[in-house]
Amino acid sequence: MSGLLDDLKDSASVGFFALLIFGPFIGLRLTDNDAGNLGIATRPEALALAVIAVFAARLLLLTWSRYRPAKTTTSLGTQVQKTGKFIAPALLVFAVVMPLLPGLPNAYIDLGVLIMTYVMLGWGLNIVVGLAGLLDLGYVAFYAVGAYSFALISAQFGLGFWECLPIAGILAAFWGMCLGFPVLRLRGDYLAIVTLAFGEIIRLVITNWVSLTGGPNGLLGMPEPTFFGLRFSMAGGPGTFAGFFGITPAPWQRDAFLYYVILGLALLTNWVTLRLRKQPLGRAWEALREDEIACRSLGINVRNTKLTAFAIGAFFGGFAGCFFAARQSFISPDSFTFIESATVLAIVVLGGAGSQLGVVLAACVMIGVPQMLQSLQIYRMLIFGIALVLIMVVRPRGFISTRRPTVLLGKKPVAIGAELRAEGRG
Amino acid sequence: MSNVLELQNVSSFYGPIQALRDVSIEVPEHEIVTLIGANGAGKSTLMMTIFGQPKAKTGRVLYYGEDITGLPSYQIARKGIAQSPEGRRIFPRMSVEENLLMGAQVVNYEDYDSNLKKMFKLFPRLEERFAQRAGTLSGGEQQMLAIARALMSKPKLLLLDEPSLGLAPLVIKQIFGAIRDLNRETGLTVLLVEQNANQALRLASRAYVLVNGVLTMQGTGAELLAKPEIKAAYLEGGH
Repeated sequence: MSGLLDDLKDSASVGFFALLIFGPFIGLRLTDNDAGNLGIATRPEALALAVIAVFAARLLLLTWSRYRPAKTTTSLGTQVQKTGKFIAPALLVFAVVMPLLPGLPNAYIDLGVLIMTYVMLGWGLNIVVGLAGLLDLGYVAFYAVGAYSFALISAQFGLGFWECLPIAGILAAFWGMCLGFPVLRLRGDYLAIVTLAFGEIIRLVITNWVSLTGGPNGLLGMPEPTFFGLRFSMAGGPGTFAGFFGITPAPWQRDAFLYYVILGLALLTNWVTLRLRKQPLGRAWEALREDEIACRSLGINVRNTKLTAFAIGAFFGGFAGCFFAARQSFISPDSFTFIESATVLAIVVLGGAGSQLGVVLAACVMIGVPQMLQSLQIYRMLIFGIALVLIMVVRPRGFISTRRPTVLLGKKPVAIGAELRAEGRG
Repeated sequence: MSNVLELQNVSSFYGPIQALRDVSIEVPEHEIVTLIGANGAGKSTLMMTIFGQPKAKTGRVLYYGEDITGLPSYQIARKGIAQSPEGRRIFPRMSVEENLLMGAQVVNYEDYDSNLKKMFKLFPRLEERFAQRAGTLSGGEQQMLAIARALMSKPKLLLLDEPSLGLAPLVIKQIFGAIRDLNRETGLTVLLVEQNANQALRLASRAYVLVNGVLTMQGTGAELLAKPEIKAAYLEGGH
């Protein structure tokens, strides 16, 4: 039983370090006494509890790893892939009927819109990061370009949401190319730095170009999307959705409509991506992610391949931005900070870069869970952070890290889990 | 006999460092030409220079008499030069089939099916592994895939950069055998860069020796094999 003794020793030393770390953080507490002076109170019970918890957890983990059964070769990825045939359609059906469920509070539809927006952003960024392998930390720039294009064009020319949507997408794609050109020769960390800077530049320009963008005050009064020309208004009457169909106006109608708009846009993104993956262009993106030099020697025009990835990714980012502006009727630079880029990138990476279903699951976790945990108040982000760390420990390559070949002639594909995949080109 | 490829006094640089000095070689049609040299002699640089990366600073690269020195890599590939790069560089996360599709992309999948059959005949292992992820193939299979991928573009000239790198002797024999068959049966012109001088010289109708970026010797494969200084420097043991 020397094994158990070793485990005990190990756990004790971990407990000791927990004592050192938690000592000041948990063991000491600032108080302020009646006289208004600050004092320090000690909390030995809480400290002891924390250290014991760490000790016990470590011991459990060690014992479990010693006695757990041998690892089976079927990975979660392959399991998900097997059941994936059902998961994706089931999720889709749920997404379609969700707003129509009777008795569903409006807040849930709102949350659905929020998650869908991030799913769409995730799918858009997945083209750049997941497929083409270009690490983009400034994706929010295209989101901002889409939102501000819509706000400015609708105000200047009196155009509605649906007319502005393609324009916003094209302008965002244009800026995607503008970003693409200078970074063509960059890779990995260096690419990430430049794209990060690009995102900040766009935000700073928006903040400081007060005469055009309203600066930090933002812009407001954008038109909402209409249902084939019908507005959503609580007043009802002719020309509104409720008036036309002769029903009582209710807030959920507008929310549900917005939900379906973003659902449609997101599904469009997904459809285009899935189609492109089977085309030479999509295959070239993936080949580029694998090995740029090999692509060159095979006669792939690396420049154009990269630029189209940036442009198409940005295009859908612009769509999402346009929708965001229309839904909020108010935009300001505060909505387009780096944390947005980071969130979207986290969704892509957490989902397993390249996987469309993974993005959906990750968006639900990244956006849905913090909202669900609202009631836990200050512990919300703590639990969220722990959850993310745990996910990355258990699934270091994201939820769905297996990649299915896009072409199948004859034989059944053999999906190979991340666990068995060699790191380099082995 | 016409030359498929000709390098005239080519010099290449990596930044300030000169990697090739006045290198002139000829690759006649339907022949296997071998370039041997030690580590760092500039063999791979020569390959990359033919492909325009880095571009030759002085001198010219002629392909069927046409100057291709300044062209970007992808246009050079489109002219009918295919390359199996050093270290194979297959796409590990993509299936064997997708790898081969990537090779055919440059010619727009022209004659894809019949080419595929030829590849399966040349390397039957690839048919067995067709749906498998390329990164899970053995080293020899990966090399076969790299060559097959290059051949999917129906090239007139095949550049092979150290196909024997890191492979077992038996597999090397197999791969060199396939290269010889290709050349005999289809008349494919091959420029083979190798450290494995013994095997490569046996295959070659013409050979060059590159030392520190300078061509020091040339002749037929058999001539070079017989030279004592080649034996001493490149053939293990030296006998």
